[in-house]
Amino acid sequence: MERLVIAGREFRSRLLVGTGKFASSDIMAAALDKSGAEIVTVALRRVDIENENDDMLAAIDRSKYLLLPNTSGARDAGEAVRLAKLARAATGINWLKLEVTPDPYYLLPDPVETLKAAEILVKDGFVVLPYINADPVLSKRLEDVGAATVMPLGSPIGSNRGLKTRESIEIIIEQAGVPVVVDAGLGLPSHAAEAMETGADAVLINTAIATAAEPVRMAEAFKLAVEAGRTAFEAGAAAEAKRASASSPLTGFLRDD
Amino acid sequence: MTSAHANPDPDIRSLLAHRRLDGDAESWRRRIENVSGGDVEKALSAAPGSYNPDRLLALVSPAAQDYLEQMARLARSLTLQRFGRTIRLYAPLYLSSFCVNSCRYCGFNRRNESARKRLSIDEAVAEARIIAAEGFRDLLLVSSEDRKFVGLDYLSELAARLRDTFCSLSIEIYRMTAQEYAALFAAGIDGVTLYQETYDRAAYAYYHPAGPKADYDNRLLAPDAFASAGMREIGLGVLLGLTDWRTETLAMAEHAHYLMKKYWKSRVSFSFPRLRPASDVERSRFGHLLSDRNLVQMILALRLCFADAGLVLSTREPAELRNHLIKLGITRMSAGSKTNPGGYSGHAEALRQFEVDDTRSPARVAAAIRAQGLEPVWKDWQRVPPAPTPA
Repeated sequence: MERLVIAGREFRSRLLVGTGKFASSDIMAAALDKSGAEIVTVALRRVDIENENDDMLAAIDRSKYLLLPNTSGARDAGEAVRLAKLARAATGINWLKLEVTPDPYYLLPDPVETLKAAEILVKDGFVVLPYINADPVLSKRLEDVGAATVMPLGSPIGSNRGLKTRESIEIIIEQAGVPVVVDAGLGLPSHAAEAMETGADAVLINTAIATAAEPVRMAEAFKLAVEAGRTAFEAGAAAEAKRASASSPLTGFLRDD
Repeated sequence: MTSAHANPDPDIRSLLAHRRLDGDAESWRRRIENVSGGDVEKALSAAPGSYNPDRLLALVSPAAQDYLEQMARLARSLTLQRFGRTIRLYAPLYLSSFCVNSCRYCGFNRRNESARKRLSIDEAVAEARIIAAEGFRDLLLVSSEDRKFVGLDYLSELAARLRDTFCSLSIEIYRMTAQEYAALFAAGIDGVTLYQETYDRAAYAYYHPAGPKADYDNRLLAPDAFASAGMREIGLGVLLGLTDWRTETLAMAEHAHYLMKKYWKSRVSFSFPRLRPASDVERSRFGHLLSDRNLVQMILALRLCFADAGLVLSTREPAELRNHLIKLGITRMSAGSKTNPGGYSGHAEALRQFEVDDTRSPARVAAAIRAQGLEPVWKDWQRVPPAPTPA
């Protein structure tokens, strides 16, 4: 499997994992371990970012994982930028998952404010990974202002509904000059495999692992699915056909003699 | 023609009046009692989580009582998906028990001659320190209608002194003006809980005979005022026991739906305060008290219509019931609450608004949450540092 490269940094794993919704920090830590993930995103709203002994932060081994703070809950560009600076000042980490989600119900990203914030943060030295709707033009605009990836949603966050935005994600992948990470709504390992087979560079999973009956085993299932999907993509899928084709049904009577 | 959509920007008064949800309890009672098992099954066959008035009507009906287990399974799985295995914890801090209102159900009513207490800002900060030491980062400031003492200046200064310790500060106090709400939002208060108590105009008039709170419309329009001031959390509730809970649930849901559409950046939550014994309040005078079964049905029905709404349960309810309800849709709970000003510092004798039932310490409540395979969450918000003021 090829390495994933984001902002010049190499990763073996193509599965990013979120840390919300787990029953305990211990279960979360065990799930992270089994997932093989190297990038772990944490909502600033949930942790006491200035406190090293914070329960959740203490459970994430910084020598194993790149901690990716996210601005979940920010309602506009100004809030997201100020949260990002708070996170960087507290942790020294300049990577950021940019989330501007003014609507608290579907948590859909605001494209206008996201672009605005990305531009400001990139200029300020952040490595910005923006969460977006599956919008190909917005993806290019973000790339233009220096985003390190684009992270389009497969379906609304936490919905577990799978790759509903597939048509648009295919266009994003076709046009992208930065890695495409499918970020939200993937509910089953088969959804993750589908995204990877489509050519996504990585996927991010949280709810589907955290709320499974056995989160640790589900983490492993996603790891395997992401590897299978990526390997299939690299191997080059056989062409799809509408129906089975028997060998020479009409011309089989011909004999070369 | 009186379609609710005829007016492009109807306010909540006309929406409730149009559906006759601010009165006419008798015809609603008949409609609710006419719901059949088939209607409930139809309501349960649709994808759960989104609001539809007919669906809610079926789910709060007596007929739906036979479907509670099925409703509970759906509500549990929806809550798990949307909120994960977490329960948010908060604590109330009572600031004053002086009150100009005369609500017939409240221990703080002005006719009650028991001694009152107000906390100075220093005393309130001292109480808050005790609460913070227990682990809380989410604080609800509560006060009776004591405008002269607990006013805008008092609350702004208190917020300024608490906002570095608490990640979320909200208020549950008397109705303020839109300008006051905006000033409090700027001072660091990010949520307001304000119960309509009852959406039935006649019942409202009876239970609030005097004082500023007697104005039904002014109270009904309060969430518009604080939501438009930018508040992130909109807390709604009816005081359960005043009138028929089934109709009240329909009216509250209509209010919530209206607010969600109009103030789409704020989150609506519902509380479930059942009338509790209180000083000077004879509970047996109230003819609409809810059984545990009624309460559970109301919680489940609202969850099945509002997948993402916060559902809040206080220490009014007994420990054992609370342990069960966190599995059925509740997402936020108070713990270790003292309902009298100064209660955390040991002023045990001061007048309480109502009697607490679940008297477990916050640590014991957290342990009980963990024992159910859920994580107690003390912090779920990060206050955004203020924007630098332009030079």
